[in-house]
Amino acid sequence: MEFMADVVFWLADASHWQGPRGVPTRIVEHLAVSAVPLGVAVSAALPLGIVIGHTGRGAAVAINAANIGRALPSLAIIVGILPFALRAGLGLGFWPTVVALTVLALPPIVTNTYAGLRGVDREFVDAARGMGMDAWQVITRVELPLAAPVVLTGIRIAAVQVVATASLGAVIAGGGLGRFIIDGIARRDHPEVFVGAVLVVLLSLGTEATFTAFERLAVSPGLRGITRPVT
Amino acid sequence: MTDEPLIRWEWVVRNAPELLTRAAEHLVMTSIAISIGFAVSLGLALYVRRRRRLRAALFAIGNVAYSIPSLALFALLIPWTGLTLLTAEIALVSYTILILVRNILTGLANVPDDVLDAADGMGYGSTERLWRIELPIALPVIVAGLRIATVTVIGLVTVTALIGMGGLGFVIVNLGYLRFFPTAILVGAAGSVALAVATDLAFAALQRRLTPWARVRAE
Repeated sequence: MEFMADVVFWLADASHWQGPRGVPTRIVEHLAVSAVPLGVAVSAALPLGIVIGHTGRGAAVAINAANIGRALPSLAIIVGILPFALRAGLGLGFWPTVVALTVLALPPIVTNTYAGLRGVDREFVDAARGMGMDAWQVITRVELPLAAPVVLTGIRIAAVQVVATASLGAVIAGGGLGRFIIDGIARRDHPEVFVGAVLVVLLSLGTEATFTAFERLAVSPGLRGITRPVT
Repeated sequence: MTDEPLIRWEWVVRNAPELLTRAAEHLVMTSIAISIGFAVSLGLALYVRRRRRLRAALFAIGNVAYSIPSLALFALLIPWTGLTLLTAEIALVSYTILILVRNILTGLANVPDDVLDAADGMGYGSTERLWRIELPIALPVIVAGLRIATVTVIGLVTVTALIGMGGLGFVIVNLGYLRFFPTAILVGAAGSVALAVATDLAFAALQRRLTPWARVRAE
């Protein structure tokens, strides 16, 4: 109970809520270092997954991407990229973290986009072709709307993973909420570690909820519950 | 770090014994988490299997828990269990359980009803039926779950270096990053990726050996 009192004191301290090291700044940093890699990953992985799913060529790449993604230890990627990032003049912190998180965000999006498009009933595609649609029209008017639940789930998985892993950016001198955890451990300031952890959890859960809500809005009601994503 | 070569092989050779010890630590921490996690998951899965509401509640909690970042989970435990192996293992076992319970239940649910009827007709009791019919048939899906859990845990063990543990994360962070020494960073990172990939392949082979009659993909 004494510990929870310390946590309350930490939260009540106004200096923890303002300036470059305050909670609001750290949240903004965390969202920035997550949004950039997610944006890059979506714009690279979505077209790739669509091409593989539409043509069926290179399916092995898309299927194995998820397995490979799982086998990449996030900390090893973030710190492992550092020597190369420094050589490329990207410095510490933000940019190496962005590069690492992009790598981690690609596999779930490629795999699920592919699985979503492949899962579309061939009859619909044939019917669309029979109606005279070209490849672009088949993709945008038939395959993508039907594959939307699975494709968006892939993006949500990537987003949650990126927000969660962004905490590790603090290890290589990045900002974000991970700072409270890493600095708190270094200073043996347990209340700070605890608050940092709770904030990271809330941000991850918030990301999950936001993307789930977006899926509800974007997916046709008739499609709910009939397609399963690859996790 | 920029004028230092990316890799100094003589350092790798000279420190090979320590590197191997770290890799062994990594595997020991992984094995502890997987064995405890598997035992708990099997018990939990068998317990909630026939209790639909409890199972739904467990899945709901599991879904939320799975989006908790590993560093945050370690950090949440630190005030209570400190920078100890216990903290690390509690978190690692939790992730293992989240993955395994689901796969064990899926594996058991996939056993065809006519097979169960046949077993009943032959006079199997419920315990005997479970061990001799249901679990063997569910094995491919269970091994697929073990494979995912093990690869995930190998990645998470790397993170435990941040709460004072050894393993390959120690090589990456303490020997590499904190001393700005690229060789240790890259050896540690390559080592943990290699460990995960090797384990994944080993499990894939085990899966095929154990169940020549079935090729089931992981849930």
